[in-house]
Amino acid sequence: MSKTKHPRSATQDHPLMRVALCAIAIGFIGLFLLLPLATVFLQALKQGYGVALAAITEPDALAAIRLTLLVAAIAVPLNAAFGIAASWAIAKFDFRGKGILTSLIDLPFAVSPVVAGLIYVLIFGLQGWFGPELRNHGIKIIFALPGIVLATMFVTFPFVARELIPLMADQGREEEEAAATLGASGFQTFFRVTLPNIKWGLLYGVLLCNARAMGEFGAVSVVSGHIRGLTNTMPLHVEVLYNDYQFVGAFAVASLLALLAIVTLTFKSFLEWRYADEIAAAHRH
Amino acid sequence: MSLTATFPKKKNRSRSALPGFGLSMGITIFYLSAIVLIPLAALVIRPWSAGFDGFWRIATDHRVLAALRLSFGAAAIGAGINAVFGPIVAWVLIRYRFPGKRLLDALVDLPFALPTAVAGIALSTLYAPQGWIGEPLSHLGIKVAYTPLGVVVALTFIGLPFVVRTLQPVMADMSRDAEEAAATLGATRLQTISRVVLPMLLPSLITGTALAFARAVGEYGSVIFIAGNLPAISEIAPLLIIIKLEQYDYAAAATIGVIMLTASFVFILALNVLQNWAASRR
Repeated sequence: MSKTKHPRSATQDHPLMRVALCAIAIGFIGLFLLLPLATVFLQALKQGYGVALAAITEPDALAAIRLTLLVAAIAVPLNAAFGIAASWAIAKFDFRGKGILTSLIDLPFAVSPVVAGLIYVLIFGLQGWFGPELRNHGIKIIFALPGIVLATMFVTFPFVARELIPLMADQGREEEEAAATLGASGFQTFFRVTLPNIKWGLLYGVLLCNARAMGEFGAVSVVSGHIRGLTNTMPLHVEVLYNDYQFVGAFAVASLLALLAIVTLTFKSFLEWRYADEIAAAHRH
Repeated sequence: MSLTATFPKKKNRSRSALPGFGLSMGITIFYLSAIVLIPLAALVIRPWSAGFDGFWRIATDHRVLAALRLSFGAAAIGAGINAVFGPIVAWVLIRYRFPGKRLLDALVDLPFALPTAVAGIALSTLYAPQGWIGEPLSHLGIKVAYTPLGVVVALTFIGLPFVVRTLQPVMADMSRDAEEAAATLGATRLQTISRVVLPMLLPSLITGTALAFARAVGEYGSVIFIAGNLPAISEIAPLLIIIKLEQYDYAAAATIGVIMLTASFVFILALNVLQNWAASRR
């Protein structure tokens, strides 16, 4: 895309229109996006730092933070490994049904988070396929950690794969073929050639995957059972506090999640700006 | 965000000399089946235990119909609002230069990054009768929180990035030649925009709006706090699934789930057909 100067104003909007459109855009984003974000922090600090801090460091909140970190620590690496495997198969090889496979990988984005939780209850819940069997063996999946991890994995399933597939397809396979011809093994080729080429794209996908994994609410809400201090993740803890009319506590925990969102967005913008050529084409604008 | 990826079509489909196809494909198929396909199949099989009659009885229940109508209706209105404001936001971000533009651009993704429960309690607090936005509106006789209007607000919030992010790359790649030609031929700027620019943007505007709609239909976290959740009035379909599950009425929960799943499949299929049609016209 060449950047030419436009001395004529043929493709420029009237100054009045520019001001009006800018005002509408800034007003809309301010009202719908910035104001809710600011509200989270203002409500959290309504009664001072001390109260907010106490709400975050109270045992149930700490348990929720630990559980959220644990779930993300399991779900994100698994989905990253899957994303790498899927994009290697799809981007580096030719086979029939590639389009269908890609659509199937994207499928979880089209499913309501509540339905994502529901499907695991139908399989592992007490009245589910394996429910009675699991109970006889004393294994708990629903209302326990495995169910929360499964639901989180479902909703964050496509993030890394959909970032890496177009990126690796763009890069082609000449470099890898050269390495293979020179006698490198498959894993050597991947770690020495492919991984350095996709590292920023991989990081980008992992970043978005992690943000969603830590913030997921609907899917986790169905499978968690809302047991305080045991199966409540941070978003669920926010809900419990809010429904208990403990607004400051709810917003204090929520502000931690909002901070995570801000860090994610900052890092994401940085990657889009600094490594534009090394992340998937869809993000260059 | 397009739901289908396109691949460069090579004339000579040579066999790749690279190793690892079997391993990576095996992992992909196994993982996809275990996490996504088999669980979804379990959902689709479930509602038919009482035959088609049982399915139909639940699907046409007054409360279920009201919930589905609200989820789909409010999602459509929210997507419609974003179809108006989304293009303005995208246009300003692509064409204009002003201080704070990068910040504004990053903020557009907030609904992707902010956990939905956090968005939910923030919107609920803002639009409550004593809230910053709710209070002035209540003087005008408009109630937002705890009404179906609140559902629309939450679904507008959640859908905005889909419209803006779908339009932005198209606007950035759009050549200005056509605009210049129109201006040279004597069109006013407004005529140029309505007759030349908007038609070029239409396919991606439809795609972005459709994606916003699809996301909003299934949305749960940002809605339930602001909705008030009155049965048959401000109760969304995903919430009704959870209520049915809590009553151990798995068949009803699965029935609503299957209806929503089928609707989003049909919708995405239609969207793909539309995208292919738009691509073939280019």
